[in-house]
Amino acid sequence: MILAIASGKGGTGKTLVATSLALSLEGQSPVQLLDCDVEEPNAHILLRPTITSSRPVLVPVPKVDRDKCTYCRVCSEACPYNAIAVMGKNVLVFPELCHGCGVCTYVCPEEAISEEGREIGVVEEGRAGEVRFVHGRLAIGEAMAPPVIRAVKQRADRSSTVIIDVPPGNSCPVVEAVRGSDFCLLVTEPTPFGLHDLALAVELATKLEVPCGVVINRAGSGDQEVERYCAHQHVPVLLKIPLDRQIAELYCRGQTLVAGMPSWRKAFRDLLDSTRRLAVVGR
Amino acid sequence: MREIVVLSGKGGTGKTVVVASLAALAENKVLCDCDVDAANLHLVLQPTVRETHEFWGQKVAVIDQEVCTGCGLCLDACRFDAIQELQVDPLSCEGCGFCLHVCPEQAVTMVDTLAGHWYVSDTRYGPLVHARLDAGQENSGKLVAAVRQKARAIAKDKGSAYVLSDGPPGIGCPVISSLSGAELALIVSEPSLSAIHDLERVLAVCRHFGVGALVCINKYDLDEENSRRIEDYCREAGIDIGAKIPFDTVVTDAIVQGVPVVEFGDGVVSERMEELWKAVAARW
Repeated sequence: MILAIASGKGGTGKTLVATSLALSLEGQSPVQLLDCDVEEPNAHILLRPTITSSRPVLVPVPKVDRDKCTYCRVCSEACPYNAIAVMGKNVLVFPELCHGCGVCTYVCPEEAISEEGREIGVVEEGRAGEVRFVHGRLAIGEAMAPPVIRAVKQRADRSSTVIIDVPPGNSCPVVEAVRGSDFCLLVTEPTPFGLHDLALAVELATKLEVPCGVVINRAGSGDQEVERYCAHQHVPVLLKIPLDRQIAELYCRGQTLVAGMPSWRKAFRDLLDSTRRLAVVGR
Repeated sequence: MREIVVLSGKGGTGKTVVVASLAALAENKVLCDCDVDAANLHLVLQPTVRETHEFWGQKVAVIDQEVCTGCGLCLDACRFDAIQELQVDPLSCEGCGFCLHVCPEQAVTMVDTLAGHWYVSDTRYGPLVHARLDAGQENSGKLVAAVRQKARAIAKDKGSAYVLSDGPPGIGCPVISSLSGAELALIVSEPSLSAIHDLERVLAVCRHFGVGALVCINKYDLDEENSRRIEDYCREAGIDIGAKIPFDTVVTDAIVQGVPVVEFGDGVVSERMEELWKAVAARW
């Protein structure tokens, strides 16, 4: 099963839930955690894995053979990202705008364009106890997270339980991280901010046809509107984690909830069972 | 006119809470919400929308099922796995048009998509430019650029002293679009190891784009040792700490009421927000 942990709003506790879910399976069944928040990956801070391999993420960018190019502009007219331009007898490539789609190479009538890999980040793999760990890191100054997320997801081993830590927001990186999952857990907080972004996240999960359920973090603070929304939309609330200074302090020190407060282990196992049941029903 | 963009790297550290408070404290400014895919600033500033504009995103491919012969050439061409069972998934399509170029039957057309809206609004604290990107859309960076451009134009028009922008989390496309060319990045951090890791990355992005930074430590008393680590790190990097704000449930209460925390109570949080605004204004 592939289980995505998303939220819309940042800082609601996605990584806290993802890491504790992974650890709650130790001694039970194989588990793999994929941290797809490649702009700001944090799962490694809580799990402290031993990294055993690191490989670059390359996106293909065009390389123009000046001897063959006739400056006909077919490539620049075909590129929807303005990543290749012809200026007189000069071809300019803007690699940071290039999506690596390959259209320019295909349309060039002179076969003057080939592709070369440009590194935009890395994928690192390792192990934290029994948890197999994979994360991606987007390089500083790079804009495009989705290719790095795709590279992380290629490491998914469907024979184990795969837990995906999804980036915040509701745009293309989230689509890339969530799509293809069997279930999506949405972690929120009971405030107007949490509710507003939860509603967007539910809309996105519905568009992606991934069944979802909610974890309310910092329960007991804020107001009741998130629960009212969930009841009204028939989105199940599967776990509540109370607002508790001790939990916040554990997180500050980089400790997982199940390691710092082992009594939580059962709650996370139950949560995983609920998602498994609902994933089957949802399909 | 100076543009101040509030960032954090890690989400949920309190960017919007800080921006809403500075909105109430600063005079003569235009407000801007650059977090277009999970915008929250309007929930506190309670805007009255004056103008609504459509945001047209990337084109997406559509396959005419009547014309398609099922040859599968598009399937092999698409590098974004956007074509399944000879239908294009609009959420995965990046609009490159490779399928259009390879289709021998000309069954593919590229269609414009309405990807969201952006707004010019009035608030008690001045004009606010904000947006809503539809769930799952691409091009949040382009929408951020549109929102910023409008906010700067209004500020120039009105002779405003500041544009105050609420930024998105992360370090990628929408952050770069929010940051490049701004006069100051105000980074809201918190004393967790995760937030420190993310702070270091977002500060590296600021350096990369040549934008000066000022740091604010929110909820600093949750872990004073980690707060000292942030202070030590910033001192070594030559970055000032604008303020240290304590953890206080008054912040959540203010969000629930939909008002900036500085207007909700006159406790330590409000004092520190005032200190922060002084530190920002003292930059020029």
